[in-house]
Amino acid sequence: MSDREVKNLEEMFDAKIARDEKIEPKDWMPEKYRQTHIRQMSQHAHSEIVGMLPEGNWISRAPSLKRKVALLAKIQDEAGHGLYLYSATETLGISREELYEQLHSGKAKYSSIFNYPTLTWADMGAIGWLVDGAAIINQVPLCSTSFGPYARAMVRVCKEESFHQRQGFQIIMTLAEGSQEQKEMAQDALNRWWWPSLMMLGPLDAESIHTEQSMKWKLKRKSNDDLRQQFIDQTVPQAEMIGLTIPDPDLKWNEEKQSYDFGEMNWDEFWQVVKGHGPCNKERISARVNAWENGKWVRDAAMAYAEKQENKVVKQAI
Amino acid sequence: MKNWPLWEVFIRSKNGLEHRHCGSLHASDATMALENARDVYTRRMEGVSIWVVPSTEITASNPDDNAEFFEPASDKIYRHPTFYELPDELKHM
Ligand SMILES: [Fe+2]
Ligand SMILES: [Fe+2]
Repeated sequence: MSDREVKNLEEMFDAKIARDEKIEPKDWMPEKYRQTHIRQMSQHAHSEIVGMLPEGNWISRAPSLKRKVALLAKIQDEAGHGLYLYSATETLGISREELYEQLHSGKAKYSSIFNYPTLTWADMGAIGWLVDGAAIINQVPLCSTSFGPYARAMVRVCKEESFHQRQGFQIIMTLAEGSQEQKEMAQDALNRWWWPSLMMLGPLDAESIHTEQSMKWKLKRKSNDDLRQQFIDQTVPQAEMIGLTIPDPDLKWNEEKQSYDFGEMNWDEFWQVVKGHGPCNKERISARVNAWENGKWVRDAAMAYAEKQENKVVKQAI
Repeated sequence: MKNWPLWEVFIRSKNGLEHRHCGSLHASDATMALENARDVYTRRMEGVSIWVVPSTEITASNPDDNAEFFEPASDKIYRHPTFYELPDELKHM
């Protein structure tokens, strides 16, 4: 194809997206569109999968059977989200094994918030309330993104997220209404998860490189700063309602802009964690690598069994 | 050893509706594909029936050929009721 032809195709492609038409896997697409989607969708899938680990830490120590079944169901949903997203990513022509390989080798990233440890039961509340809360804010606009399989996966994901956030909030609310010690536990969890949750919504707009292209492709519909403001404005009253304090001395209602002003985030810490120096980066990746490698004999055995059954059928047919 | 093949999953959400494609998954054989499909796609009773099909068994039309492939329908406007101009007094037609 000549450069001129490619440029024509690209213009038609952009126009199609601007008209709110979806792009499906077999449609022509610019190579950059394909690569950007593989990167973002797989990063999203990896986040769902690695995101199970901090919460998995508390399944066996949930304070009641009711809490335990809810947490299990929540984590199982996250596994489902990872699987929807992996299979949507595979439609772009990359295999599941390659995707895993990128995660395991550190080539692919996942949301850095999952590199923080879950120290107390209150963290299960804080994660559902804040981390899933921030995730919802990120994900709702993606339900109308331009790539069909991604948009459809996000619709499914968003339907399931609301339960995650509600079960988390109920955990933290119950603790906040409890004994002094329980209340302190809730406050401590909020203190530790607040800032990472804000930074989870992405770098400041001023420092964000991909935004314009992503907006055009509807991979992003609102800027990181707007999403963050939305998150803060909706979360602060929730904390007030249960008598917890947001750990930000600069947080203040701004009457004029009808939203909260807030303090500076520690981006040095954020980038340290992204680069692999968070408290649990090594532990998270090694958990995934071990699961994959130690499960190899199971995958092989299942495949060997399937092939044997198939051979039997073929023999009978002859 | 070979990797688990890919399966396409179709779900009937309730009787009276058709099976609809909802995604894909990996499984070593059809039985496992059905069980995985149940766990991945119907955790909240989203289905009463599941089909799984090896992805390699699906033959798809090529969107690059859409113009020729689907074109024949677009100039046959006489297939649409609005092609037939009839008097306004005519009711129920
Ligand atoms: Fe999720
Ligand atoms: Fe979630």
